[in-house]
Amino acid sequence: MTQSVVTEAPATEADVPSTGSDPRVRWVLLAVGLVAALALPWFVYPPVAMDIVALALFAIALDILLGFTGLLSFGHAAFWGSSAYVTGLIATHYGAPFPVAVLAGAVFAMILALPIGYLSVRRSGIYFAMVTLAFAQMVYFIAYQWSGLTGGENGLQGVPRTFFGIDLVETESFYFYYAALPIILLGMWGAWRIVHSPFGRVLMAIRDNSQRARALGYEVEKYKVIAFVLSAGLTGLAGGVFAINHGFVALTELHWSTSGEVVLMTVLGGIGTLWGGILGAFLTVMLADYLASSGFQGIDLVTGSVFVLVVLLFRRGVWGTVRHRYLARRLRRATRRGAADTRE
Amino acid sequence: MTAGERVAVRTRALTKEFRGFRAVDSVDLAVREGSVHALVGPNGAGKTTLFNLLTGFVAPTSGTITVFDQDVTGRPPEQVARCGVARSFQITSLFETLTSREHVELALQGHTRDGFRFWRSEKLLGRNRARVDDLLAQVGLLPLADKPVGLLAYGQKRALELSLVLAVDPPVMLLDEPTAGMGIEDVDRTIELVRRIAVGRTVVLVDHNMHVVGSLADRVTVLQQGRILAEGTYDEVRNDERVITAYLGEAEHA
Repeated sequence: MTQSVVTEAPATEADVPSTGSDPRVRWVLLAVGLVAALALPWFVYPPVAMDIVALALFAIALDILLGFTGLLSFGHAAFWGSSAYVTGLIATHYGAPFPVAVLAGAVFAMILALPIGYLSVRRSGIYFAMVTLAFAQMVYFIAYQWSGLTGGENGLQGVPRTFFGIDLVETESFYFYYAALPIILLGMWGAWRIVHSPFGRVLMAIRDNSQRARALGYEVEKYKVIAFVLSAGLTGLAGGVFAINHGFVALTELHWSTSGEVVLMTVLGGIGTLWGGILGAFLTVMLADYLASSGFQGIDLVTGSVFVLVVLLFRRGVWGTVRHRYLARRLRRATRRGAADTRE
Repeated sequence: MTAGERVAVRTRALTKEFRGFRAVDSVDLAVREGSVHALVGPNGAGKTTLFNLLTGFVAPTSGTITVFDQDVTGRPPEQVARCGVARSFQITSLFETLTSREHVELALQGHTRDGFRFWRSEKLLGRNRARVDDLLAQVGLLPLADKPVGLLAYGQKRALELSLVLAVDPPVMLLDEPTAGMGIEDVDRTIELVRRIAVGRTVVLVDHNMHVVGSLADRVTVLQQGRILAEGTYDEVRNDERVITAYLGEAEHA
């Protein structure tokens, strides 16, 4: 066997990998997250708690593209909003139990994502963001014009919350939260599965260096389209639950500002981390809720400033920064141990 | 190394124009199966463009490319790769946040459908552990297998490039300056490595280092301004009047 083709010593710890955290830490985080999700409606007004977890799934779904594939979608409101409408319509017209309606909404979002993804992934960077934005605007205007179906500017009113005749869930937000939480958790598990699959590894390769991935035989466009559709499906789950939670679908759900908001949450929490999306959604919703209840008018001004500050001070987002520090410390320890070993 | 009669890679009148500038100008190249074929020439002679044409990264303006008599002209890189052509890159081109092991696993998975299995665990990637370990050991990277490549030294990254090409186990390997930027000691190790992995394969090699070309190549094609200037064995080419003039001419102008 040849000796190492290499002589120099490794250089920096500038970028610590996305992999390599301690599995024990992962289990502890999972347990803490689960307890937090179950306890949330005890501390936060239940409909707000539902919004937090739904938006958390939305942010996680976006992170599959933004953090793991390197694609900034600026049109995810199209999938969030269209699923909200389809969920609302099916719940209203067919009296379907809400999980069925939500599932239908998610399927619709995926079907919609297929042509949009197919046409968008040929561009990258800012052009990809612009193309997705353009498609989302088209969906917005269709919903706006087709007021016979969507209620136009008035939104879709009086969406029922049907759940197999179980009265507590149908009338009380507190119990509805626990009935809907499994859908959200399933979606989050799905995102984790996708990211930590052979497919997810290819996505990271594409993010890091798409030309190299091509040279290894990967059909980059096909992978991007599949990632786009999967992300839209998870977004759809979140949007459907959101619609049922409010019993109402506003045109805002399709508005470009919704696409922007979810990007903001994901970046705030830290892209490429999954957990960051949850934290970002929690912080954003809590902040907005606090400001709204204190009667403050300029909510967007404050959340915008917080966003700018976080991006300037913690490039990796809140979660990303904490994780980076933790991993860097582990690496330093390991390197020191390694150095000690070679001296012996 | 004895070269067979079959032609592994053939180009006919291959031309690539960039805004009127002919980077590659009606090149007829025939790389015989099992040979190590070097492409040399001064900077800007069209070597890298020719490489990009052969691997589908650049589409030709005119002319054809065949790999084992299969027409691959104008096919995208991932399809050319699936025809059994694997390449390394002149400028180290890796996935910065992944480890060496993860790289090799990806390379091994590249010609399967496993990459689409988003519902399976990533452990699926680790099932050829022995083969991955073997590939990493061949280039001396096994001890560093679980380090993200962003932390590897330059020479280590070059070695990983080679192991990625090797992982695909391709009939045809295109190596773009495998020794670029290496120290003398590493150059000799790399020559040994390439010689070992070239057995039973066709290798097209670009290198500026004449020591590397002289030690490895069965056949050398000299390019100048996008055209073939001369072709033959290393010794034939080295003593060719036109080649000497081309190189000396360049030296005088430099």
